[in-house]
Amino acid sequence: MSKITSLADLNKRREEMKTGLDIRTKALDPERIVQVKVSMATCGIASGAKTIMEFFLEHLDRRNVSAVVTQTGCMGYCYAEPTIEVKLPGQYPVVFGYVDLKRADQIIEKYIKTGELVDGIIPVNYQIIDLKE
Amino acid sequence: MSKYSMHLLVCGGTGCHAAESDAIVCNLRDELEAKVLTDKVQVIKTGCFGFCEKGPIVKVMPDNTFYVQVKPEDTQTIIDEHIIKGRKVTRLLFKDPSTKEAVSDSKHMDFYKKQMRIALRNCGFINPENIDEYIARDGYQALGKVLTEMTPDQVIREIKESGQRGRGGGGFSTGLKWELAKKSVSDEKYVVCNADEGDPGAFMDRSVLEGDPHSVLEAMAICGYCIGSSTGLIYIRAEYPLAIQRLKIAINQARENGLLGNNIFGTNFSFDISLKYGAGAFVCGEETALIHSMEGLRGEPTIKPPFPAESGYLGKPTNVNNVETFASIPAIILKGAKWYSSIGTEKSKGTKVFALAGKINNVGLIEVPMGTTLREVIFEIGGGIKNGKKFKGVQTGGPSGGCLTEKHLDTPIDFDNLIAAGSMMGSGAMIVLDEDDCMVSMAKFFLDFTVEESCGKCAPCRIGNKRLHELLGQICEGKGKIQDLDRLKNMSVVIKDTSLCGLGQSSPNPVLSMMENFRDEYLAHVTDKKCPAGQCKSLMKYIINAENCVGCTACARVCPVNAITGERKEVHLINQEICIKCGACYEKCKFDAIYIS
Repeated sequence: MSKITSLADLNKRREEMKTGLDIRTKALDPERIVQVKVSMATCGIASGAKTIMEFFLEHLDRRNVSAVVTQTGCMGYCYAEPTIEVKLPGQYPVVFGYVDLKRADQIIEKYIKTGELVDGIIPVNYQIIDLKE
Repeated sequence: MSKYSMHLLVCGGTGCHAAESDAIVCNLRDELEAKVLTDKVQVIKTGCFGFCEKGPIVKVMPDNTFYVQVKPEDTQTIIDEHIIKGRKVTRLLFKDPSTKEAVSDSKHMDFYKKQMRIALRNCGFINPENIDEYIARDGYQALGKVLTEMTPDQVIREIKESGQRGRGGGGFSTGLKWELAKKSVSDEKYVVCNADEGDPGAFMDRSVLEGDPHSVLEAMAICGYCIGSSTGLIYIRAEYPLAIQRLKIAINQARENGLLGNNIFGTNFSFDISLKYGAGAFVCGEETALIHSMEGLRGEPTIKPPFPAESGYLGKPTNVNNVETFASIPAIILKGAKWYSSIGTEKSKGTKVFALAGKINNVGLIEVPMGTTLREVIFEIGGGIKNGKKFKGVQTGGPSGGCLTEKHLDTPIDFDNLIAAGSMMGSGAMIVLDEDDCMVSMAKFFLDFTVEESCGKCAPCRIGNKRLHELLGQICEGKGKIQDLDRLKNMSVVIKDTSLCGLGQSSPNPVLSMMENFRDEYLAHVTDKKCPAGQCKSLMKYIINAENCVGCTACARVCPVNAITGERKEVHLINQEICIKCGACYEKCKFDAIYIS
């Protein structure tokens, strides 16, 4: 391990080590960054959700999009698997179905980066009850 | 190497450690290996999350899922369900005590909502045994900034302007303390960290040292730079083995990285830190006693002045600060005095860590801005009183503080308000009492402690506290007289006024404040010979209600001293002379025929 002999050294080390904590620091305030949830129930996994999840993890990072990628249970759109939900900061979540690698790429480039919607959106057809109200 | 997509944070604080969190870490790692997930999911052992009531805690990031009371055998379920299939394990989630509903993530827990974490900023977030995680969280940036961009006077001015007051209990301005130590001229000076946390029910410092040791090391070096010292000493009690182990690791890592040692950051400032072990004596939290103990002498206080800032360790100028005080310093340097002084009340700035203990639902460690009310701390963050009982009081400031009651619940907590209410901040222990606690026994309990811990050097503390303790004992046994209440009060005042150090000057506080706030209860003990809370055994009577007694003989058979007589199918009788008040008959009776008077 090299010694830290200047503030520049310390800053360099901080930047190197920061990525290791990314998952935790992002979770401190997820509302301010892009949140991607991948439906990972049996049907989703069978249709390739794992590949999609890995694609998002890798490409959001590579394309410098600050995002949290998590998995979630069955969303109920088994006919349209793999499905993902994307929530941009301050906006309602949008669900995309039939996500293959090509569509995943479009979602990052168009919807996440510019806000432009792409094919495959599943309209909200339900209400979630709020147990607190 | 592919990137991790998930972190599993396992609490490694003392509480969770004792509840097998090490086994949880091992099991999680084995399980991940078996499922070939080691390159996707990282398991990290962290410091205390503060939610000790429900430990061991496992937190899943990035979704903030908060699993409580996890057992080593639950790890397989967590991996199979949550990690692989993305389904949260509902039975392990925290359940809101009022709604009984599972709370999916820590952002929605009342326990964390009102908290603001400065001293605890890294506790439960980073791995305390890895300096790189501390560096990634801006660790040692404050030291770098101070050494390369600021003069000692500028730093001291910043600390003074922040308004920070010592967190160990005294509440003295940190900046002023540093300034005094800087002004003393000497060839050698010392920076001492007081980690001799002695209040019963206090575990703030322990958790900071276990969860974020580097923050204390960094601040000590900053202090060294300001006062002109190159030697830091941490006085820590040997009964904190985990904190000691993590400090040792941290000191070694800091040395390896050149952050302690010679010419730090390429400047001509050199600083190193070593540990000094204490045997766990309460009086050694007092700075002059602490210094004597470090010198290898008896842990006894001496009269101030001279203050340690003039003549301390080995007769050299010494600056002593508490762990929590140090832990906040890097944040003050990086975020500025203005930011820090914007938090809190007029005369008490910043945040304070409290250890919640006693009859409270969420026993644990919290950090809130000064000025938060007791009600918010006890009922919102603390989740209220256990088993739906009624709140009676809260002892703040440990055995040196006082007991606050219902009428103080809406008082904003800060140094001055607590003193005005007849208590004190102390180190931050809060012991919550409910309707079943007897205030005479409670005062006696705290005196048990101070009598035991008095060093014996000065007569008021050595003899006076013993006499106070005896009087309280007599009152508990029903042998108290009404005049005893005045005697208690007079003696307390004399002990406070004439004792040599803080221990004796504050030890009668629980008696005084409890007599003041619960006078009726003290009167009931001496005049009616009754204990309203039903705690003082000598004042209780178990009596058989003749109407309900069917003569089943169950009580007579369970009585260990044969105090119950009576023929089969006839009313039984308890001989009060023989009865030892164990309560066995009371619990055995199926007919509610035995009551307590």
